[in-house]
Amino acid sequence: MADVTLRKLVKMYDQVQAVKGIDLEIKDKEFVVLVGPSGCGKSTTLRMIAGLEEISGGQILIDDDVVNDVPPKDRDIAMVFQNYALYPHMTVHENMSFGLRLKKFPKAEIAKRVGEAARILDITELLERKPKALSGGQRQRVAMGRAIVRNPKVFLFDEPLSNLDAKLRVQMRIEIKKVHQTVRTTTVYVTHDQIEAMTLADRVVVMNGGVIEQVGTPQELYHNPRTRFVAAFIGSPSMNFVPCRLESHADQLAVRISNEIAFFMPEQKAARYKKLSGDGQLLLGLRPEHLTDMRQHMEPGCVPFDAQLEVTEPMGMETFVYFKMNGADMCGRVNPNAGALDGGPLKMAADLNNMHLIDAKTGLVL
Amino acid sequence: MAVSTTIDKVAPDKTPDKTGPRRPVVYRSLSSDRKWALRWSYFFLVLFCIFFLMPPVYMLITSLKTSAEISADPATTNPWWVYKPTLENYVELLTSSQFLTFFKNSIIVAVSTVIITMLIAIPAAFSLARMKFWGSTTLATGVFLTYLVPDTLLFIPLFKMLATLRDWTGIELFNRWYVLLVIYPTLTVPFCTWIMIGYFASIPKELDEAAIIDGATWWQTLTKIFIPVALPGLIAATIFAFTVSWAQFLYPLAFTTSNDQLVLPVGIISSLIKGDVFNWGQIMTGALLGAAPPLIIYAFLMDYYIAGLTAGATKG
Ligand SMILES: Nc1ncnc2c1ncn2[C@@H]1O[C@H](COP(=O)(O)OP(=O)(O)O)[C@@H](O)[C@H]1O
Ligand SMILES: [Mg+2]
Repeated sequence: MADVTLRKLVKMYDQVQAVKGIDLEIKDKEFVVLVGPSGCGKSTTLRMIAGLEEISGGQILIDDDVVNDVPPKDRDIAMVFQNYALYPHMTVHENMSFGLRLKKFPKAEIAKRVGEAARILDITELLERKPKALSGGQRQRVAMGRAIVRNPKVFLFDEPLSNLDAKLRVQMRIEIKKVHQTVRTTTVYVTHDQIEAMTLADRVVVMNGGVIEQVGTPQELYHNPRTRFVAAFIGSPSMNFVPCRLESHADQLAVRISNEIAFFMPEQKAARYKKLSGDGQLLLGLRPEHLTDMRQHMEPGCVPFDAQLEVTEPMGMETFVYFKMNGADMCGRVNPNAGALDGGPLKMAADLNNMHLIDAKTGLVL
Repeated sequence: MAVSTTIDKVAPDKTPDKTGPRRPVVYRSLSSDRKWALRWSYFFLVLFCIFFLMPPVYMLITSLKTSAEISADPATTNPWWVYKPTLENYVELLTSSQFLTFFKNSIIVAVSTVIITMLIAIPAAFSLARMKFWGSTTLATGVFLTYLVPDTLLFIPLFKMLATLRDWTGIELFNRWYVLLVIYPTLTVPFCTWIMIGYFASIPKELDEAAIIDGATWWQTLTKIFIPVALPGLIAATIFAFTVSWAQFLYPLAFTTSNDQLVLPVGIISSLIKGDVFNWGQIMTGALLGAAPPLIIYAFLMDYYIAGLTAGATKG
């Protein structure tokens, strides 16, 4: 059980900065997910915490001790790899107990810990098998078991579910969450899949191009993204962006998208954006679930508009509709009974209570 | 595969341009194609077997003959037949202390060479494959290049080097079987290192990272993870080293002379050929007996050997 602190952490590969000075505090027992597109430096960060990658600048602290120069085995961490990295010539039991045997733990203690971990992960019957005779999901469990038996201060996961098929991934995701609830070890988890990040994390760290874009709980990131990148990255289908400008009409504020389309804002949004009026290139950000079919009784702040649909995707529970708004591609989520047809018109409503305004130049959410 | 063959065969028929001469399309079932492929493979297999087994069979035949029968006129007798089979040659060789000394020397030299080779090649391959240090890739290429230099080119410089070494240290290095333990590894170490580099490189990087996190030292990673995982490659390398040192002729011929220091291949030639008198029966018997140990080793380790030659290619 431990805190992990990153201070101005930098990683250089030759002349390229892969991690550009990140600060992060991970609290004891916390489950933190590093998420971002491929190549953004997630793995590098994780591997620096593990000690597998030298640190080019800054500090890593585990429990207030600077571990920059501590070798991996003395950092008291355990890591689960994407390809599981099970020792192919050892049985599951030997795989799980390898670390303990190297540390010369007594036999009884090893047996106890392996038994306990096997019980948590439900792999007791597999203990005598070799990795070759296991399915992907079972190998994943063994890899986790190998981490658990060591009872380390920190668990590190690097895309542990990427090699599994979609169904198993969902199942193992829940499994990992259960394990964390049981053992409560501080966890740093790397993934490129924002759904995994949202479902698993206490706090999500969104990375992009070697820097941290935003840190927050899944809810915070979803509802209050700080940058356009985070707004677009979190949520699926992702947020719609359409260029707009602000217009004042007497005491009301409106977003004008084109000569024909303008939406009046609800009061609390108008109050927030009043100062901005007029100048600057802006983007209106709206999530698909806030572009719905027009209903009889709309909440205040929902404004109607007409859409000419291009494609519809019935998902069963709802239907995704794709259309253009002043040239920008948009996606909305409508009721399956709303009569959305490929190429047909649809009366829709935009819920401006959940709108975001983004400075197109800086990419910051205003 | 099946689909594409059919298309290939049908396509020319369907082209509208029918000006040129055309081959009639023959439709054959896949299984008949396969049958013919099999027949041809067996035909050539049998051909090659006969071709390559001819010399050893002739050796066996000759070894069972008396000297008189060997020198009989081939016009009157069939040299491919033993008229009066005898084990005389075998008895004589196996009771000759000289032959047994050659055999013993060969075994000591070959086994020691294998051990020395492995002790050098495995750690060398491990460090070249895994520990990235300055010049490690160049060094790995260099190791391979040394293997390409033929040994016929090397024995004179080697001789000079050993002579200098002897003068420095005062240890007699010529006409001693143990000098071969210094020389043979120059042949076996580069190739075995190269094989093992290939094997170790095919082990996923995460495996040693996992071991390091589990608390293993480099040495433990090598002995507890790399060697067991790369065992097929290790066995392939062992067999190679054994065969090379067992069959080596040029170096022992150059570096050892007196009968008690000779290894089998040189010993047979130098003791059984007296001037221009060839004792063919015993030469063939000695060669057959000498071929036995590698054969026995192959037979036991064949499965590993084949797995070893083919494994590195795919992740298993
Ligand atoms: N060993 C390496 N040598 C050079 N560049 C590397 C190395 N490992 C990673 N990089 C670069 O560092 C950046 C971050 O990589 P990584 O942390 O693996 O990204 P990801 O977020 O996909 O895990 C990438 O641009 C990658 O090309
Ligand atoms: Mg990665």
